Amino acid sequence: MPARVTVEEVERVAELANLELAPDEKPRMVSDLNAILDYVAELNQIDTSGVAPLAQVTELAGGAGDLRADRVRPSLDRAAVLSQAPETDGAFFKVPKVIER
Amino acid sequence: MPTAETFAEKPNTLAELRSDLESGRTKAADLAATYYERIAALNPRLNVYLSLARERALQQASRIDALAAKGDPLPPLAGVPVGIKDVLVMRGAPATAGSKILEGYHPPYDCTAVARLEQAGAVLLGKINCDEFAMGSSNENSAYGPVRNPVDPERVPGGSSGGSAAAVAANMAVATLGSDTGGSIRQPASFCGVVGVLPTWGRVSRYGLIAFASSLDRIGPFAANVRDAATMLGVMAGHDALDATSSEQPVPDYAAESDKPAAGLRIGVPTEYFAEGLDPEVRVQIEKGIDALRAAGCTIHPISLPHTKYAVPVYYLIATAEASANLARFDGVRYGHRSHASDTLSAMYRNSREEGFGAEVKRRILLGTYALSAGYYDAYYGKAQQVRRILAEEFLRAFADVDAIVTPVSPVPSWKLGEKTGDPLSMYLADIYTVTASLAGICGISVPCGTTSAGLPVGMQILASHFQEGTAFRVARAVEAVGI
Repeated sequence: MPARVTVEEVERVAELANLELAPDEKPRMVSDLNAILDYVAELNQIDTSGVAPLAQVTELAGGAGDLRADRVRPSLDRAAVLSQAPETDGAFFKVPKVIER
Repeated sequence: MPTAETFAEKPNTLAELRSDLESGRTKAADLAATYYERIAALNPRLNVYLSLARERALQQASRIDALAAKGDPLPPLAGVPVGIKDVLVMRGAPATAGSKILEGYHPPYDCTAVARLEQAGAVLLGKINCDEFAMGSSNENSAYGPVRNPVDPERVPGGSSGGSAAAVAANMAVATLGSDTGGSIRQPASFCGVVGVLPTWGRVSRYGLIAFASSLDRIGPFAANVRDAATMLGVMAGHDALDATSSEQPVPDYAAESDKPAAGLRIGVPTEYFAEGLDPEVRVQIEKGIDALRAAGCTIHPISLPHTKYAVPVYYLIATAEASANLARFDGVRYGHRSHASDTLSAMYRNSREEGFGAEVKRRILLGTYALSAGYYDAYYGKAQQVRRILAEEFLRAFADVDAIVTPVSPVPSWKLGEKTGDPLSMYLADIYTVTASLAGICGISVPCGTTSAGLPVGMQILASHFQEGTAFRVARAVEAVGI
């Protein structure tokens, strides 16, 4: 840090995130990301050697309850779920072809 | 057209409402009809509701009226007209999360928090506008247009739960639900002059909340007064088998807790929240609130939380990283928008997301993906998680010496629509006083603390340690009682 993000990097990250950016969106994203990354670079002022990362706060708040038993339980009705899908065959979600020939 | 006067009408308290229903003075069905009329009159201007659940609401109201007619005791939220932020799902009702990508989606299940309100007698009026996927501090990121602040319709109601705060302020619901990831309940509550509660992380089940950043997301209530907000929280709180992160901690009677006097409580005032950048008029109001607490018998203690200034960068790295993972599920396969112009699966994913997501959502997904990507993970996401621990432990040390901490909710009052939309970073910086509690997982309340000379509401933030909501409610009642 700090890194200067280029258009190529924004394109690469967009690819990783399955986002398609319109050509006119890219310069704005590059400048916004650089402004934000410059700002977050101030975290480098803090010495964090030996500090364990904190992913979530359960351990600080007195611990989580026991984990539930790993049992099969009734879930949502298949027909109700599939009714919301853009395309199904009644049993599965349908999607366009996966491999181009 | 609604006038300022119509906004000023105060809704009944939940206690009054219940006794009116029990005595037969009020019918739940009439009350629901009145609220729908009010929504029809005000919504064209304020843009609060995205959809109404009229049939379900009127069925519930009839059930409550039938109970009352039999003389049966009524449940705690009997007949209360409630609005639901549209990131919480209701079976069969549209769920948009303020995004085009979920247009047409009618989820087949109920959010646990919403279902618990209904089981307690609440009448669910409909779904309320918000920033897209709860990402924003002004409600201007909704794909369905901004909500306007009932106090001044040229100004923002705050965000992301701007609609939920505006609904209570304009009396388009007696109480509402919102979600808070970095301030999204507390900040709009302060901008609209209502009470908003950030419960401890794990206090309320998130089953049925459309996830933004799971280590931060919480569901909480808005109400016109502290006791009603406490009653709402009590109904929703508690373990839920459908959310493994919901806590087994017992749920106190929060309304009764809020009735206890605040005298003797030790109140911390952190210097860092009163530094450069705080609007002088906001400062004056918060100082009046602190004086009120002193007068109520609290002791006031200056404290220091020196890492506060790092909370915004930590928050925006962690929240966006988690968002980039959570929002991967919106891909056009199972629900919502699918791009039909795509002949392969990968093109379908990309085009559906390009067409469905707004600019701020894309910006955050890109930032989060970048912070998690190979070569940058340690420098950004890893570093942010380490500083998160430092920030959280700083709070825990402070709570060894004080029972609650009071601060402003926002450094500035509500701003004009369009004022900050050109500069995302300036919008992020306005979250400085709220993201700290989000990262630490502690609870908080925004309680009205008067207005600026221009009449814009100011909110005081009251923070308490994990699962100490009762203490925060007591302090909030003491501030509220003074009528600043």
